Amino acid sequence: MADRITDTRTTRQPASDALAGARAARDSAAKRTRVFLLAPAILTIGIVGLMPLSIALVYSFLEPGTYGGVTWAFSTDAYVQFLFDRDIFDDSLTFSTSYLSIFWRSAFLAIITTIGALLIGFPTAYFIATKPPAQRNLWLFLVTLPFWTNLLIRTYAMLLIIRDEGFINITLQMIGLTSGPIEMLYTDGAVFLGLIYSFLPFMVLPLYASLEKLDFRLVEAAHDLYAGRVQVLRRVILPMARPGMIAGCILVFIPCLGAYITPELLGGGKKLMIGNMIALQFGGSRNWPFGSAAALILMAMVLIVLLIVNRSRADAEVSHG
Amino acid sequence: MKKVTIGLSVLALSAVAGLPALAAGKLNIYNWGNYTSPEMIEKFEAEHDIEVTLDGYDSNETMLAKVKEGNTGYDIVVPGDYMIKIMIEQDLLAEVKPNEMENFANVDPNWVDVWWDPGRNYSIPYQWGTTSFTVDTEVFTGDINTLELLFNPPEELQGRINMLNDMNDVINAGLRYLGYGRCNGNVDELREVTELLVEAKQHWRTMDYSTIEKLTSGDVDLSQNWNGAAMRARAQRPSLQYAYPKEGFTGWMDNVAVLKDAPNMENAKLFINFMMDPENAAMTSNFARYANGIKGSEAFMDPEMLEAPEILMPADAPAPDFVKPCPQEVVDLYNKIWTRLKQ
Amino acid sequence: MADATETRKTPRAKAFDLRRQPGFAAAAWACIIFLYAPIVVLIVFSFNDNRSVVRWTEFSLRWYTEAFANEGIQKATWMSLKVAFVATALATTFATMAALATTRVARFRGQGIVFAIINQPLMIPEIVTAVATLSFFSLIKQATGWQGVGFLMLAHTVFCIPFAFLPIRARLQDMTITLEQAAADLYATPWAAFRRVTLPLMAPGILAGATLAFVVSLDDVIITLMIAGPGETTLPIYILGQIRRGITPEINAVSTLLLGLSLLLVSLTFLLGRKRSRA
Repeated sequence: MADRITDTRTTRQPASDALAGARAARDSAAKRTRVFLLAPAILTIGIVGLMPLSIALVYSFLEPGTYGGVTWAFSTDAYVQFLFDRDIFDDSLTFSTSYLSIFWRSAFLAIITTIGALLIGFPTAYFIATKPPAQRNLWLFLVTLPFWTNLLIRTYAMLLIIRDEGFINITLQMIGLTSGPIEMLYTDGAVFLGLIYSFLPFMVLPLYASLEKLDFRLVEAAHDLYAGRVQVLRRVILPMARPGMIAGCILVFIPCLGAYITPELLGGGKKLMIGNMIALQFGGSRNWPFGSAAALILMAMVLIVLLIVNRSRADAEVSHG
Repeated sequence: MKKVTIGLSVLALSAVAGLPALAAGKLNIYNWGNYTSPEMIEKFEAEHDIEVTLDGYDSNETMLAKVKEGNTGYDIVVPGDYMIKIMIEQDLLAEVKPNEMENFANVDPNWVDVWWDPGRNYSIPYQWGTTSFTVDTEVFTGDINTLELLFNPPEELQGRINMLNDMNDVINAGLRYLGYGRCNGNVDELREVTELLVEAKQHWRTMDYSTIEKLTSGDVDLSQNWNGAAMRARAQRPSLQYAYPKEGFTGWMDNVAVLKDAPNMENAKLFINFMMDPENAAMTSNFARYANGIKGSEAFMDPEMLEAPEILMPADAPAPDFVKPCPQEVVDLYNKIWTRLKQ
Repeated sequence: MADATETRKTPRAKAFDLRRQPGFAAAAWACIIFLYAPIVVLIVFSFNDNRSVVRWTEFSLRWYTEAFANEGIQKATWMSLKVAFVATALATTFATMAALATTRVARFRGQGIVFAIINQPLMIPEIVTAVATLSFFSLIKQATGWQGVGFLMLAHTVFCIPFAFLPIRARLQDMTITLEQAAADLYATPWAAFRRVTLPLMAPGILAGATLAFVVSLDDVIITLMIAGPGETTLPIYILGQIRRGITPEINAVSTLLLGLSLLLVSLTFLLGRKRSRA
């Protein structure tokens, strides 16, 4: 820490030749601190996270074993299978969109869930961040408390609310707004609702973390300069919430891509999701190489998006600084 | 904070290092979740002074994946029929020779020479049942013993059907409806099945394993189902009836077996023998609500189970079809049909 | 509306008003209602006499007595909490350190790679991580003879790190270091400056990160299912095993008790904290 502090200070001082040697020493000290700080996370993930990843990479280039597992023979079939369908009827290789359409369905659902969670999560996080400091943690706790109960149980409870004879339909009919039940359960809408529910805290908490430090003197200053509420929100608050927004979107979007318990229970399980399709390869379909390949393709896509986000964020940081 | 971290790391490390080998007087059972009678386990613990650890899995495939990697620490597993065959072929089970054990005489002779373990050198019956479907007879009053209801449903059942979210159960039902063989590699016949399923899917409301909730909540009026689950659903919705379709239906048996690398081999053998005792088998049935394949267990079973229509098959019903594991080419084809169906 | 009264007292009343954005409070309350509606249903059904979790019959404490008698469900609950606590503590510490190393410094070489590595557990579908980690751990177990719950805790720590890292990093970004500089100018040791200045500034981020890590660990199904050894069944695994045979309200009872317990703990710390700050 201290190294970093001194580091920044040095850059503010005019560099002189006499100082150059000392600065190099400090730089290497800064590097040591950095290595020390990064080591636990990188080592843990490097050993326990990346080793399995390498195993998956190896699997994806092998042939499926009988009854699951792999046979040690090199093959790129797993990747071919993703885009091309060896037709079950005449064995010809044709371009196939089955898997792509499953990917697209999951991606689309993840995108709208992220947007939905952002629209609900932002006002909530802002509301909490503007509470008196003593109350904030309590509010935060209130938002995360529901997540102490298991996902499956929460989803079952949600089923009870939105089913044909559920609370919403009964209430609507009682006050005479509708005559028959509105079919909500086992629709895409139900899946969307369930996913937003599951991932809401992943949006609210990072947003809160970055909104909480918002300096309201800036808001005041903006107001003094005759900025309206909307302008204050757009020009002052939103830019400052950006890091939290990006973190929140990553935490909602990526896990949402692989989600399948919620879509199955609330959507009725008639359509495959990526997560589900991949899981099937390690289960009943007994095609571990294909499962691994599909997962790696998914990861590559996510990684590309993430790197773009990181690059643009880095640029933003520079322009801010 | 640092101190806490070091403390926790030490804790985690010591937990990893743990006990290298399990002491005698223990038994680790890996069974399907919510499928083992707690009283039966207590009885076994008391009788043999053995401490039992019980964990659950959700599918044969999960169990196989873990066991294949080895070093699971488990002694006893309870695989389904086809999984026993696979595990014997892959040399994962110990040949404990239940057929030479004291209680083996109790095993119903019908369950001794089975295709998955001829002569019972590796495994013994645990529970067995059928996979068919349940219909609300107040909603549909016609003849329920036909697969027509799943694939060409009458108007009152359209959009009120739940299928199991299981590739094999759905495709096998389709094959039976069309009169084709199981584990079928015939491309023309499979094309027909694909068309049948895609066409029928528009009438299905859901494809899910939680059949009891689906039926008792009134979300659906027909659900593909296991007979034990059907019995539980009927307890809460008496108008439900379990069908024995004339085109045929699946039979299955879960079997108790010992893993090759079981750390507590002798205790595992004791458990195998214990499970062939009629009273103990009945305890399992009373808990899991399926039949057990041990002679004399009827005397200890809940009376309502003995006369349940889900367990007592009518005389004119076809024999349950115990489906063998399919070769990989067929599984690949099934997988394509399944992807197309749920695309 | 505690803040309204407070507003009048403070001289910066105008600024306080400005914090309000129209409709935000309403949206926040709607969000809370949305989050709690299923929880209320869940609690109500824990008092349902019926065996089913989907049909109400009459009030009963039956499932609480059954949950207290059910050793399996209790063991699973404690196992879940134990794993979640250890994984959260480790993951949050590691993530805090990593966040400090990657923010408020000049871009260093390999930063993108560091970022990618830390987020890697997020990016690959759980089942693949589960199967591959199973293979990897099995090799270690074979080579060393080690067994035990540590493997499960380690696996949880790994996938909790990104969930803790991202909020902490978001908090640290754009945070100025003037205060730390001031502390250093006043001859505070680096450690003192960190403890007295940086850490309190980071606290909301750390709290957010730790909470997310805890929630994620508590809910994990697939990785746990594959990694867990004998006696390491967690609550989600226990529930998963019930799906095919019908879930009973026993689970609702346990969930309700867990909610009550956490509510109690937090109220206690909140009250104690208030007392201390008054004293």
